[in-house]
Amino acid sequence: MARLMQRIGNLDRRVIFVLIALSVFLPLSFRIVFPNPVGAEPSRQLYDYVEALPAGSTVLLSFDYDPSTMPELQPMAYAVCQHLFRRDIRIVAMALWPQGASLGQEVLSEVADSLGGEQYVDWCNLGYKTGGGVMIVRLGSSIQAVFPADKDNRPWAEIPMLRDISSLTDFALVISLSAGDPGVPAWVMMAGDRFGVPIGGGCTAVSAPQFYPYLGTGQMVGMMGGLKGAADYESLVREGTEGAPQGQAIEGMAPQSVAHLVIMLLIVVGNISYFAQKRKGGAR
Amino acid sequence: MRLVIPLSITLITGLIMILNYFVPHEPFRFLGDNLQEWYMIVASAAIFLGTINLVQVHVRKIRLKLTNWRYSPVTLVGLVIMLVTGLIYGVVEGAPFDFLFQSMVVPMGATMFSLLAFFVASAAFRAFRASNWRATLLLTSAFLVMLGQVPIGSMLWDKIPLAKVWLMAIPNTAGQRAVMIGAAMGVVATSLRMIFGIERSYLGGSD
Amino acid sequence: MGRATLPLVILLMACAAAAQPPGTGGREDAAVRLSRVGQLVAEDVPNDAGGVIALGWVLDGEGALPDSLRVVRRTADGNETVLAMLSGGSTSFDDTTASDGTEYSYVIVSLGTGADPVFSGEVTASSSAQWLHSGRIGMLVILAILSFFIFWFIETSRRGRQFYIREIAGLASVEDAVGRATEMGKPVLYIPGIMDMDDIQTIASMVILGRVALKTAEYGSPLLVPTCRSVVMSVAQEVVRESYMQAGRPDTFRREDIQYLTDDQFGYAAGVDGIMVREKPAAIFLLGTFYAESLILAETGRGIGAIQIAGTAMPSQIPFFVAACDYTLIGEELYAASAYLSKEPKLLGSLKGQDAAKLFFIVLIVIGVLAATVGGFWAPMRGVADFLRSLVAVS
Repeated sequence: MARLMQRIGNLDRRVIFVLIALSVFLPLSFRIVFPNPVGAEPSRQLYDYVEALPAGSTVLLSFDYDPSTMPELQPMAYAVCQHLFRRDIRIVAMALWPQGASLGQEVLSEVADSLGGEQYVDWCNLGYKTGGGVMIVRLGSSIQAVFPADKDNRPWAEIPMLRDISSLTDFALVISLSAGDPGVPAWVMMAGDRFGVPIGGGCTAVSAPQFYPYLGTGQMVGMMGGLKGAADYESLVREGTEGAPQGQAIEGMAPQSVAHLVIMLLIVVGNISYFAQKRKGGAR
Repeated sequence: MRLVIPLSITLITGLIMILNYFVPHEPFRFLGDNLQEWYMIVASAAIFLGTINLVQVHVRKIRLKLTNWRYSPVTLVGLVIMLVTGLIYGVVEGAPFDFLFQSMVVPMGATMFSLLAFFVASAAFRAFRASNWRATLLLTSAFLVMLGQVPIGSMLWDKIPLAKVWLMAIPNTAGQRAVMIGAAMGVVATSLRMIFGIERSYLGGSD
Repeated sequence: MGRATLPLVILLMACAAAAQPPGTGGREDAAVRLSRVGQLVAEDVPNDAGGVIALGWVLDGEGALPDSLRVVRRTADGNETVLAMLSGGSTSFDDTTASDGTEYSYVIVSLGTGADPVFSGEVTASSSAQWLHSGRIGMLVILAILSFFIFWFIETSRRGRQFYIREIAGLASVEDAVGRATEMGKPVLYIPGIMDMDDIQTIASMVILGRVALKTAEYGSPLLVPTCRSVVMSVAQEVVRESYMQAGRPDTFRREDIQYLTDDQFGYAAGVDGIMVREKPAAIFLLGTFYAESLILAETGRGIGAIQIAGTAMPSQIPFFVAACDYTLIGEELYAASAYLSKEPKLLGSLKGQDAAKLFFIVLIVIGVLAATVGGFWAPMRGVADFLRSLVAVS
């Protein structure tokens, strides 16, 4: 028994890797979908804020992530775009990360096509610009000075939906889908605090804890944290509008649930081994 | 003596940016805006510097047949292909550059990020030991947050998501604020030391 | 004119009158009245560099919505300029062409097809530039307090006063870690984070790199520094070279050991993991800004059995380093490293100044929390809480 406990305590991490792989692979293979009730989560705060925006408003959506964090953030992008288009809210997209512009284009064109949205009337993509927080400050004075043309080099003056837009304060809301820096903190500090623009966010689960202070002070109107946040938003959009698709995030909840349970089980087993060895005087 | 010019530049530009934040009047607004533009230009130019260095490093590895030199041609060929396809066909949707990006860069990046799932499990198994009351408290909180973060938590007990939201909104926020405030003060102190030339070792010179 | 002509003319005139669009015809159609711009306000935009006057108004709603609004500006000498033609529903406009000190009069004219123009009342304003941003005075006060403490303690330390700094385990182990690598005949790996030189954590990391390089030069251990940014690589090369010269070992400095890998976050992580697995360093330093790749790097380092000293001010990554590394510098301990390792009086003084300022702000926070709590049922304390809140509010 003591030897077993010792072996468990020194479990080869490859065994752990295999267990995690199975915990993700099996629910996906069997297409298990768990119901996803949404409580008083920050994602609901963001949803409610967007829901209250008047039709015809314009929202700035910043795609501040790259392909490595697509699995968490792209579902958020789809859910938010679904919500905005269904509410007749126009989207101006941009990116603080180089690959964000392409990822945003993919989402916008797909969602807009499915809902009859027209480029340059209902949405446009200004593309990527380097500079991070410094660039955001420049947007507070003049967006056209930073983006004289959109991602496809169409001049600002030829984009009908930008006629009433001159600076950040002309947007009803800025939503940053961010995987790191530059991202949500830069938007909160440079746009929210400086120019008073409402800021919403979506971020990876690992970054979410550090943005809760912003929610508490009202510097952010809401936030989607990780795949759960994306699933919550998808659930709310589905509840609020008929015909909205299920979305990848909700489908991802089952493997995530099983993986969490497996990790918890491993921790419990590790602790049992630890205490058993401690009693024998052999624990490290 | 050789540090005088960089230290002077640091002092002047640092003071301009501080004044730009508090003084809207000209010329500080003009100077601050232009410095921010210049920074954006320099940041873009640094990409070329990195490319040149990358080529230099790998050409040297091939030339001297250093350890694992056979991987260097792969790196250089990849660089050239992306550069050429981007310059000739553009980076718009559907172009060869975009195809290579979507079919190679995107899956590779997602794969590396996915490794975290495995490493989190192995790190958690090894590190989460209830060796004292603080560690036990941490473990309990971790279990509540992990269960609250997935639908299973609400299936087991509908109060678990509420517990998770409370943990994130109250104790976690308090801790995050403490780290943020402390780090912010550290940033201010370090920045003041650098602007006023008290800290110089980052310039590569002795104090 | 023939007998049939007059009736024809009358008939034609009747048809012409019937064909006219509404509002363009006779006295009865001119009754279409446009909404008038009311409550017009013109004021200097505060906290700016001057030259901007903000106009705001509402439409009285008693008439039809205008097709357009003409914004007219007049100077004292009678010069009139049409500044803009706005859409009928507009309610604000910024005149960005004003000259500071000059008084301007503004009128907004409601225009519509077939209706008489409707003029608003006239308002006057002049623009000016401000020398101090009124919304940031609180921040200026906080910065002044922080700076005062820091510079006062620097001055105190310069006069010879000794300050006690508690032991930071990670920094105290730097020499042991390098010594371990030397004994095992393996290199030291230093990872300065993934951000560029404009990030304060990277700068702090470069400072520590200089100290670590001094040790590796003295002990004769190879030092590998893979960087994620080319500018960081250049700085790192200079810092390490300078340290080797300071240690009297310029001959052992190898520039090629400090190399640029890639700007891509996970490409960098993959490259560093490869270095770890191939070179098998005995000591690994992870100091700087890290994001998701932190655990990938730390777990791989753990897997090869290296002693790991990590440090970052990224709250999201600190837990991963604590779980996977032997020592972790948390938050401002990273910024304190240069003072701690060099023991230089000025740097130690600034550290104490930081601590003193922190104590001051802790007291302020406690007062604020009590004031906000008690202020719920006692008005004077509410005033205290509001004052403190305004101090830290930034616009």
